[in-house]
Amino acid sequence: MAAATTSTTDGPPSFAPPAAPAKPRRPLREYLPSIDLRPALVVARRELAGYFATPVATVFIVVFLALAGILTFGVGNFFARGQADLVAFFSFLPWLFLLIVPALTMRLWAEERRLGTIELLLTLPIAPWQAVLGKFLAAWAFCGIALALTFPFWITVNLLGSPENGIILSGYIGAFLVAGAFLAIGSAVSALTRNQVIAFVLAVVVCFLFAAAGTTVVTEFLSSNFPLLAEAARAVSVFERFNGFVRGVVAFRDLVFFASLIAFFLFVNVVVLDHRKAD
Amino acid sequence: MAALIEIDRLTKKFGETTVVNDVSFSLKKGEVLGFLGPNGAGKSTTMRMLAGFLMPTSGSARICGEDVVERPVQAKRNLGFLPEGAPCYPEMTVQGFLRFTAEVRGYRGKDAAERVTEAMKLTELESVRLQPIEILSKGFKRRVGLAQALLHDPPALVLDEPTDGLDPNQKHEVRELIKRLAPEKAIIISTHILEEVSAVCSRAIIIARGHLIVDATPSELESTGQSLDEFFRDLTLNIPAFGF
Repeated sequence: MAAATTSTTDGPPSFAPPAAPAKPRRPLREYLPSIDLRPALVVARRELAGYFATPVATVFIVVFLALAGILTFGVGNFFARGQADLVAFFSFLPWLFLLIVPALTMRLWAEERRLGTIELLLTLPIAPWQAVLGKFLAAWAFCGIALALTFPFWITVNLLGSPENGIILSGYIGAFLVAGAFLAIGSAVSALTRNQVIAFVLAVVVCFLFAAAGTTVVTEFLSSNFPLLAEAARAVSVFERFNGFVRGVVAFRDLVFFASLIAFFLFVNVVVLDHRKAD
Repeated sequence: MAALIEIDRLTKKFGETTVVNDVSFSLKKGEVLGFLGPNGAGKSTTMRMLAGFLMPTSGSARICGEDVVERPVQAKRNLGFLPEGAPCYPEMTVQGFLRFTAEVRGYRGKDAAERVTEAMKLTELESVRLQPIEILSKGFKRRVGLAQALLHDPPALVLDEPTDGLDPNQKHEVRELIKRLAPEKAIIISTHILEEVSAVCSRAIIIARGHLIVDATPSELESTGQSLDEFFRDLTLNIPAFGF
């Protein structure tokens, strides 16, 4: 029976005097975390092209624009208000994102698991954060495109009156940041599960927590019962921050807030991916 | 000569189940290792750990001296990996997909284009290069996966069932390709097909229920007097007799 064991790969014994082994000095940059963005951008480009190569892009953009139009001009009573501004549009937009962004993110990692391509992606020589960042950037760019396609609304208000375009621009910046925050949350949630329905529902719930934290229902309840928490809830409220942008205030601390929120959930995403490697 | 692929006491547990149990072997340049075993024996799990997709519960694996857990990116640069089932992004064209893997691996512009062309030539994909992968036959898809693994001319190749789903002619071609690449590389292929081992491998490992039970050359296996089929059946069905 040829049940041989493995041969060892040690070299021949050396009779040289036992000199201290010359430890090759590793260049300093190998100790620093590598911050090579190029692989992330390559992943992002592939992802973005993927949206447009499948019906995902068309369906998403058409539904988004249709709902945004109905909510702004129909439900929002745009014409009856007699005001040339986009307040109605911006008041519905974050709620629209709350439902539609998780629909975009639910497939981010779940789809890779279903197709098995996650095994391919994560065995290419890239760090997990590069893959996570790449996917996020593609989704964010895609949301940016969808948002940019609402430009007819902007043109409409300019034809009907003379709105303060600076305030509208600031509103768009805020909306883009809200989309980014929801995308980061949804992406992290998507890495948790192979099931897209679960990924969608969980993402809506978590996004809703961050969205509703500053609404009067929540803050009034909290301030009468847990005054300390009310302050915290208002601080993490995505919509509260967004309202500042809609009023035309681009505050540095709000930018820092969105950047930290996005960075935190992308970090969670990386941790989840790493954790799933181990189980 | 230093080993290109080293696996040292590699173990993987999923919860209470031990899928790979204390497996060790190493592979030098020029060796082609046939990785045999019944379904569920732990072949794919071992290969996934080697490729850095799964974290070992204990033990270690190195590719060209780089530990796959400690320095994953460096280890993966030296490895070409064909995952089980050869997954690819279905909406991409063959050329677009290979271009993507080339760019992730750091090739740019003309360099990347040359790599892609070379990989398509090796795996005979030129005729379908502009077709989306989803409409291709199983054999073509497998070859796209192979092309991706060979693209950067890695010193170590790990191929999970590279000939699965190919017709006899294509199987023959892939085996010829592996033989042609063999002198310059260390190659592991997993397979169900025993004759493949005698056709291309210089060494065979049989793994059953996570344990490495045989590590020998194909001719040694044949010299037991049994056919390879009988030998394999004997070994993998009668494990309790080994005391596991």
